[in-house]
Amino acid sequence: MSATQDTGPRAEPARPRGRVARLLGWIGRLPVVRTALRPARHLSLAFLTLGGFLGGVVFWGGFNTALEYTNTTEFCVGCHEMQANVFQELQGTIHHVNRSGVRAGCPACHVPHDWTDKIARKMQASKEVWGHIFGTISTRELFLEHRRTMAEREWARMEANDSLECRNCHTTEAMDLTKQNPRAASAHERFLFTGERTCIQCHRGIAHRLPDMRGVSGWQ
Amino acid sequence: MSPTRIVLAATAAFVLGAGALLAQDAPRLRGPQPFPAEQPAPPVPRDVTNDVRVRRNYPDQPPLIPHAIEGYALDLNANKCMTCHARQFTEQSQAPMISVTHYQDRDGTTLGGLAPRRYACLACHVPQTEARPAVENRFRDMDALAEPERQPGGRGRH
Repeated sequence: MSATQDTGPRAEPARPRGRVARLLGWIGRLPVVRTALRPARHLSLAFLTLGGFLGGVVFWGGFNTALEYTNTTEFCVGCHEMQANVFQELQGTIHHVNRSGVRAGCPACHVPHDWTDKIARKMQASKEVWGHIFGTISTRELFLEHRRTMAEREWARMEANDSLECRNCHTTEAMDLTKQNPRAASAHERFLFTGERTCIQCHRGIAHRLPDMRGVSGWQ
Repeated sequence: MSPTRIVLAATAAFVLGAGALLAQDAPRLRGPQPFPAEQPAPPVPRDVTNDVRVRRNYPDQPPLIPHAIEGYALDLNANKCMTCHARQFTEQSQAPMISVTHYQDRDGTTLGGLAPRRYACLACHVPQTEARPAVENRFRDMDALAEPERQPGGRGRH
C-alpha cells in the first residue's frame, strides 16, 4: 500500500527514476518472473529446447488451423445474418456458378490472402463478432438498414488497397483484351490500365444486391 | 325436329368442325409431342451480346439491348443501366444517351433527371437471344411495303 502512495506526485522529486524504469523494476521483482528468469534446476536443456520447439509447432499449427477454419464460407454462413442475406444473394452470381466451375467463397473477396493483411482483417472482423452477439443486423429489416454502411466499408477498403481481393485472381497481366467484348476491352484499357480507377469503382454489386445508391459516385 | 333445332345443330357442327380444322393449322408451340407428354427441356439459348446496334422496325420502337445485362441491378435501390446511359456518364461509357423523352413526364414537362415512369428500362428495352422463333415472323417494315424494289438485296421481307 505504501508503495502506491510513493508513486504519487509528491514523491516524484525523492525518486528520480522514470515511470518505465520503475514499472520494469516492479515486474522484475514479481515471484513468477524471478522463477522464470532463474536457470532450470531439474529440467534438461535438451528437454527445454526440444519441448519448446514441439510446443511451438503445436501452438502454431493449432493457431493456423483455427485461423483457416474461420476463413471458410461454411464458417461465415454459420451465422444466420450471413446465411439468410448475403449468401442467398451470392448464389447465382458469376462468382458462385459459372462455365468454368471456379467458385469464390466469402473469404476470397472479403479477406486478403497475404498473411499480415489477413491478420489485420481478422482483427477488424472482431467487430463483426460483436455485431452478431448484440444483434446489430439480426433481422432482415436491420440488415437492409445497415446495408449501405456495410457496403461503403467494403468499397472503402477495396479502393484503399487497389482492389487487392479482386486481384488475387484477376490480374491485369493475365487479362486478354481480345477475349473480352470490345466494350469491356476499351473500358479496361481506358480506366484500369491507366490506373485511373480500380476494379471496385465500376464493378459494384456484382456479388450482392446493392444498397440505395443515391449519392454514390457514378450512380444516380 | 323443329327447324330451329336443325339450324342450331348445323351451327354447332360447323363451329366444332371449323375449330378442329383451324386447330390443325395452328402452330404447335410445344413441339410435335401431345400436350400431356413429358419432354426434355430445350437448351437455354445464348444471349446476343455482340454490341452491334439492331435496326428498329419502326421509328419509335424502343432500341434493343445488344450487350449482356446478366446481374445488372434494376430495382428501387439502384439502376445499373443509368451508370452508362445517363446523360452525364455517356462520355466515359461511350454508350448512347437515353432518349430526351425519358427526361419528360407525361405532360411533356422536362425534368432534371430520369422521369420516374421511365425508370424500369427493361419494360421496353430487351436483350435478344439466339432462340429460334416458334412461329415465323412475317413482319415487314413500312419501307418494304412502300418501296420493295429499294430494299437492300432486293428482299421485300426482313
